[in-house]
Amino acid sequence: MTDLTPSKARTNLFAEAAQRILITDGAFGTEIQGWKLSEADYAGSLGLARDQKGNNDILALTKPEVPETIHRAYFEAGADIAETNTFSANRISQADYAAEHLVREINLESAKLARRIADEYAAKDGRPRFVAGAIGPTNKTLSLSPDVNDPGFREIDWDTLVEVYKEQAAALVEGGADFILIETVFDTLNAKAGVMAVRQLEQEIGREVPIMLSMTLTDLSGRNLSGHTVEAFWHAVRHAKPITIGLNCSFGATQLRPHVKVLSEIADTLIMVYPNAGLPNELGEYDELPDTTAGLVGEWAQAGQVNILGGCCGSTPAHIAAMAKFVAGLNPRKLPVLEPITRLAGLEPFTMAA
Amino acid sequence: MTTPSSSRFVNVGERTNVTGSAAFKKLILAGDYAKAVEVARQQVENGAQVVDVNMDEGLLDAVHAMTTFLKLLAAEPDIARVPVMIDSSKWEVIEAGLKCVSGKPIVNSISMKEGEEPFLAHARKCMDYGAAVVVMAFDEKGQADTQQRKVEICERAYKLLMTIGFPPEDIIFDPNVFAVATGIEEHNNYGVDFIEAVKEIRQRCPHVHFSGGLSNLSFSFRGNEPVRRAMHSVFLYYAIPAGLDMAIVNAGQLDVYDTIDPALRQACEDVILNKDDGATERLITLAESFKGKDAAQEKAAEEWRGWPVIKRLEHALVKGIDLHVVDDTELARQEIAARGGRPIEVIEGPLMAGMNVVGDLFGSGKMFLPQVVKSARVMKKAVAHLIPFIEAEKEAGAKAKGRIVMATVKGDVHDIGKNIVGVVLQCNGYEVIDLGVMVPWSTIIDTAKKEDVDIIGLSGLITPSLDEMVTVAEEMQRAEMTIPLLIGGATTSKVHTALRIDPAYEGPVIHVLDASRAVGVASQLLSDTQAEPFIKATAAEYEAVRDARAGKEGSGLLPLAEARANAFPADFAQKAPPPVQPGLHVFEDWSLADLIETFDWTPFFRAWELAGTYPSILKDAVVGESATALYEDARAMLATIVSEKWLTAKAVCAFWPCHAEGDDIRLEDGTLLPFLRQQFKKSRGRANFCLTDFIDPAGDWLGGFAVGIHGIEPHLARFKAAHDDYNDILLKALADRFAEAFAERLHQHVRTTLWGYAEGEQLTNEALIREQYRGIRPAPGYPACPDHSLKPVLFDLLKASDNAGITLTESQAMLPTSAVSGFYFAHPESQYFGVARIGRDQVEDYAARRGVDLAVAERWLRPNLD
Repeated sequence: MTDLTPSKARTNLFAEAAQRILITDGAFGTEIQGWKLSEADYAGSLGLARDQKGNNDILALTKPEVPETIHRAYFEAGADIAETNTFSANRISQADYAAEHLVREINLESAKLARRIADEYAAKDGRPRFVAGAIGPTNKTLSLSPDVNDPGFREIDWDTLVEVYKEQAAALVEGGADFILIETVFDTLNAKAGVMAVRQLEQEIGREVPIMLSMTLTDLSGRNLSGHTVEAFWHAVRHAKPITIGLNCSFGATQLRPHVKVLSEIADTLIMVYPNAGLPNELGEYDELPDTTAGLVGEWAQAGQVNILGGCCGSTPAHIAAMAKFVAGLNPRKLPVLEPITRLAGLEPFTMAA
Repeated sequence: MTTPSSSRFVNVGERTNVTGSAAFKKLILAGDYAKAVEVARQQVENGAQVVDVNMDEGLLDAVHAMTTFLKLLAAEPDIARVPVMIDSSKWEVIEAGLKCVSGKPIVNSISMKEGEEPFLAHARKCMDYGAAVVVMAFDEKGQADTQQRKVEICERAYKLLMTIGFPPEDIIFDPNVFAVATGIEEHNNYGVDFIEAVKEIRQRCPHVHFSGGLSNLSFSFRGNEPVRRAMHSVFLYYAIPAGLDMAIVNAGQLDVYDTIDPALRQACEDVILNKDDGATERLITLAESFKGKDAAQEKAAEEWRGWPVIKRLEHALVKGIDLHVVDDTELARQEIAARGGRPIEVIEGPLMAGMNVVGDLFGSGKMFLPQVVKSARVMKKAVAHLIPFIEAEKEAGAKAKGRIVMATVKGDVHDIGKNIVGVVLQCNGYEVIDLGVMVPWSTIIDTAKKEDVDIIGLSGLITPSLDEMVTVAEEMQRAEMTIPLLIGGATTSKVHTALRIDPAYEGPVIHVLDASRAVGVASQLLSDTQAEPFIKATAAEYEAVRDARAGKEGSGLLPLAEARANAFPADFAQKAPPPVQPGLHVFEDWSLADLIETFDWTPFFRAWELAGTYPSILKDAVVGESATALYEDARAMLATIVSEKWLTAKAVCAFWPCHAEGDDIRLEDGTLLPFLRQQFKKSRGRANFCLTDFIDPAGDWLGGFAVGIHGIEPHLARFKAAHDDYNDILLKALADRFAEAFAERLHQHVRTTLWGYAEGEQLTNEALIREQYRGIRPAPGYPACPDHSLKPVLFDLLKASDNAGITLTESQAMLPTSAVSGFYFAHPESQYFGVARIGRDQVEDYAARRGVDLAVAERWLRPNLD
């Protein structure tokens, strides 16, 4: 065990969050669609064996002006945090594009890009900007069998997934990410493997890498795909000492409301929520207007339930700007002080009083 | 408070624990995970708030069982809703479990047993995985017994954990519940020690919790359930307010405090709270009147002799009482003859009825192997008495369920396992033709044909036997046989059976994991309705094993040159000095009494398929009674062995100057000892080991030894003649313990005196068993040097035949059977490892170094080949 160099970004984030409600950015996918990119735009000169159209993360190498423009748009809209465009930049997801050998490069370049622009905006107005290195869940799950006839089967094992996550996190941190954001957690055990990957990375590089965790709900009763309730999820990952815990994607803000309230009461760290811009319409398009979204998430801010707000699928710089405007001047959520009771969990929480 | 369960008290389900539940163990050993999952479901339905999962069982791959079971639980939302307690004495099992459990589990347990460093390393891992931990009050000196020790160890552990930022609320101390009222004065205060320690630790270590296993407390009253239940309830009555807030306990073992008989309650309180010196005596006296079940049993014990003879025979079989069996059998025969019946009806009637009860009880985990073997002894004596009458009547034998020929294959002499399987089959109504040991394939096949048997069963313990089994299968195919072939024995496996034996024979080939499975397999194979589906299912299973294997072959191996480049870099500055007494040493007759001191009893119980670690196995809730009875019989036989000098322990050892040449060790006399190197890819900077790595190329010393236990045959012959399988197996198992103990004792003598590199070594027997000493003694044919054919080289060097009377069979098995041989490596960094799979490049290289044909090398190394 080596003593880790503490993260300055952690201190700065908590200092900023003590004063106001912070804003993280919105969707990348829907923004990229607006560019109407061709296969040639995605593929560039990499000469990969498979079509790259739809591999949004590879644009960091082939068309970096796209993510750069989007980062700038969100900072202009008032964002304090940029999330790197690396949701699928892991070895498992990139294998679908025959680009698994580029995982390090994609993450490194994406983080450098976000860092450079964040520093540029911070220099302009003196307000700190943060870079969260985004890690998606991959399309494999540690808790569930893809074969209904063989419930004990797993497509991937813990050690493999830890290595996959670690490779990605290492490149993100090397490129300048302040935090690792393990987002859209549909399988709690995958998230725990992500935490382990970051812990191992910290030991290897000798400094603290703060973790942000964001769960996604797959049913209205408030559970994720592996079956954990919001509270059970919090018990399962509290050991990560995350700087933020929260929810993203899932549904629109309306559907998330009761779960945000629960989490706000039990988590002794910052709450970050970035829902979709409502539910998609019949054509699969998000049509919730920016002021509508801002009004819904703004209610949580007014109720003192959140510290950081942003958007997921369907949100645009206009949504983020509307949120920033709505929460300006509102008091941030105060962190509760929790009793030191034992918090265990299966799919449901279990506590033992001291 | 009127019941021991307060709202704060956490009820941990304890039925999904192979060490605590025979039924669950049986399911897991049988691979019936679907039913095992149902056990967990019942636990949760019955109110368990946490499910304890333990797979610590010698016959199990605990890592595999733990992960398989936990993954299946994850698929059951109504079980997975509660937290899991991952329970193992092995950290690797715990860690494998942590990788399968989402949510936040409890690890049970970690301790300072191995010192502070491993303790903290495990605690840090638990923090990284996100788990609460049970911390045992155990340190380098042992388990805490007194209040002072419990407090001292727990507080020390707490302070250490605080230095690494471990959340105090995630610590659950287990300060060890020990037996009270044992008659030993020092034990009288154990109840008070526990309760007071909990109070004090709770003061000194804020936010922690407490857990304990209750069954130990009342150990002295085992068999007297009313008293045990009362003791547990009274104990909880005082321990819960003190701070105990979690216990692994069967709810059925608790009484409602208020409903306990007031006199008994008072007596229990006096004992648990150690009120005065007479408390134990008072409880023991009072306990007699509560011995409801036991009293009834004792009454029955006198009564059964008055029952009708048919019932008496059944009873004798179930209880394993052979005292009156010949008389009763004769009486039964006369009774049946008087009404015109035939002697065979004694077997078909009462004897088979009794054996069926035994078979059912064994099958359902309610009887244990030693009891079954005792029952078989009764059966054999009864049958032996009847045979002359049956023969005189010239009647065919009783129609058995099936006829099975069994043999230990050519080149192998080990038959404890085969005999156990034979006994179990006979108990269940099968006729067994036992061909004994070292049986060539021709005899097996001729007998099978001549006797028109239904099944052939092969057994073997050493790795060359695996090849011999393939030969038998090939010859059965050539003889165009179609009957099922059963494979069993310590080195056999489903994988080997599927890959090597099954393809050699078109008839059904079934690997039988242990004796308890033999009956199930045989009955399915001989059933009109079940045979076909069972054979098909097994064939499909083996096909799947082969398919899974086909993808893996050749993968993950380093080229030999790369493996050599990653050799273990031993520090030869630390190598042992030359031996104080070089040359050859012969021991004609080592003291047996001395060897008994060094016995490692755990494998002895494992040989009888009783799971657990000695000495705690004697107190085990499930097998404890069985194990204790077996242990008492073993102790009695040991006393006779020593006093009547049944056995002679002979040994030879020697030390030779040598040096390393590549992967070979060259002795000064020119003898070349080639060794094999690990070739599978290593991670985290681990070396690819070869035994030669521990020998200095610039000059060093190597030792060798062989020990053997002689003189067993006349005694075995005596037991055989008396149809006494129980004592036959017991003596063989004890002879094996003598051989192992002798190897351990001789190694110690070598370290401290003959070679003398560890002159001041002071180790307890426990430390010896755990091999906490410098230097190793790997044996040819075992994982670090898997080539059995090095044994003749070693034996020539030692002149083992002349000096210790030990010879080798053509498959390199040692005779006498209870024997151990090996090399001594003295380097402080030397360690055991498994060569495991090796590549073709190394086999070719090895064959050249050994100076043998490639085909010969391949034959000896087949288990290690892809």
